[in-house]
Amino acid sequence: MPLVFVGVCSHAPGITGRAERADPRQRETFHAALDRLRLAIAASRPAALIVVAAEHFANFFMNNMPAFALGMADRYEGPIEDESWLRIPHACVPGNADLSRRLISHVLEEVDVAYAEEWKFDHGIIVPLHFLTPSYDLPIIPANINCQGPPLTPLHRAYAFGRALRHAADAVPERIALIGTGGISHWPATPNSGKINEAWDREFLDRWIANRPARLLSYTDEETYRNAGQGGFEIRTFIAAAGAAEGSTGEIWCYEPIPIFAVGCTVGVMRLTP
Amino acid sequence: MSLYYVQKLLYQINRDPDFRTRFKADAKASLADFALTPQEIAAILAPDIGLLYVLGVNGQLLMHFAALHGFEWNAYLDAMREGVRRHGAVRAGIYAMSED
Repeated sequence: MPLVFVGVCSHAPGITGRAERADPRQRETFHAALDRLRLAIAASRPAALIVVAAEHFANFFMNNMPAFALGMADRYEGPIEDESWLRIPHACVPGNADLSRRLISHVLEEVDVAYAEEWKFDHGIIVPLHFLTPSYDLPIIPANINCQGPPLTPLHRAYAFGRALRHAADAVPERIALIGTGGISHWPATPNSGKINEAWDREFLDRWIANRPARLLSYTDEETYRNAGQGGFEIRTFIAAAGAAEGSTGEIWCYEPIPIFAVGCTVGVMRLTP
Repeated sequence: MSLYYVQKLLYQINRDPDFRTRFKADAKASLADFALTPQEIAAILAPDIGLLYVLGVNGQLLMHFAALHGFEWNAYLDAMREGVRRHGAVRAGIYAMSED
């Protein structure tokens, strides 16, 4: 089936872990957009949800770091973080190893992706799921792009990874939805946590919804580091989502810069052309 | 300088509940398999979050190590700032404090 849904959202641990410290109006606006995203995913009637994430050393370390990885298990678990810190209870999340195996075989035609039969979710996946599939009743196919340990994959390869996921989804009979989760400009886990470059974010989101690769992929890592922080490297997840929706344009449902969440809290979707 | 192994140790503590239990029970013994300098061992055992930050430990690893030791969010941010005051700029990695 053609890919049935593509969206993006933020995943910062403060969204749940420091929820009460945000401006209530901003928090409620963001939560309402996440709920709209939850309903939109459900309305697309997916058999599984691919979550393209930028994990933070939950599974992959610098001893053997894949540029791209896909999960291939029937169940996952998370979060690895302390429950009282993240405020999300530890849970098992369903996967679909057979579907993963078929998707991975197709992706490998275009992108050399690692597979993982074990995968522990960190906040990068579990925070979005906490809002989007709170009952953990939809099989998840986790995908990862290394955004932590340089050298990092070039942006055009992240776009190609998204395109390959689209082609793989198109090639299997199941209805597949996809979300990318990451931050745009942010400086998480540094003394600058809370700094947000709103102008840079809005420019990036403009490029994301236009989904013209030449503009979307023109950032250098040096520029991103300078203007959007090390957290800005996670734009690879948004770019992969754009690649999965190549030929389509998008819309932003929410952008709220919330310093205590350490990121401009974003929800966006691509209007997929049939 | 064995920043890589400091980070690998923190990675194990963060993701492996059994290793975390061993670390909590006998931190010094759990460091035995890692090639660390005396300064790094001291910083881990203290723990000196500020020095670990300045040595270049990736923030996504250090954040959870600080939480494990009960650092509340603001205390954790303050510990990093104090580390920079005491030891100077971050020496490695991508988590340096920016000036503006």
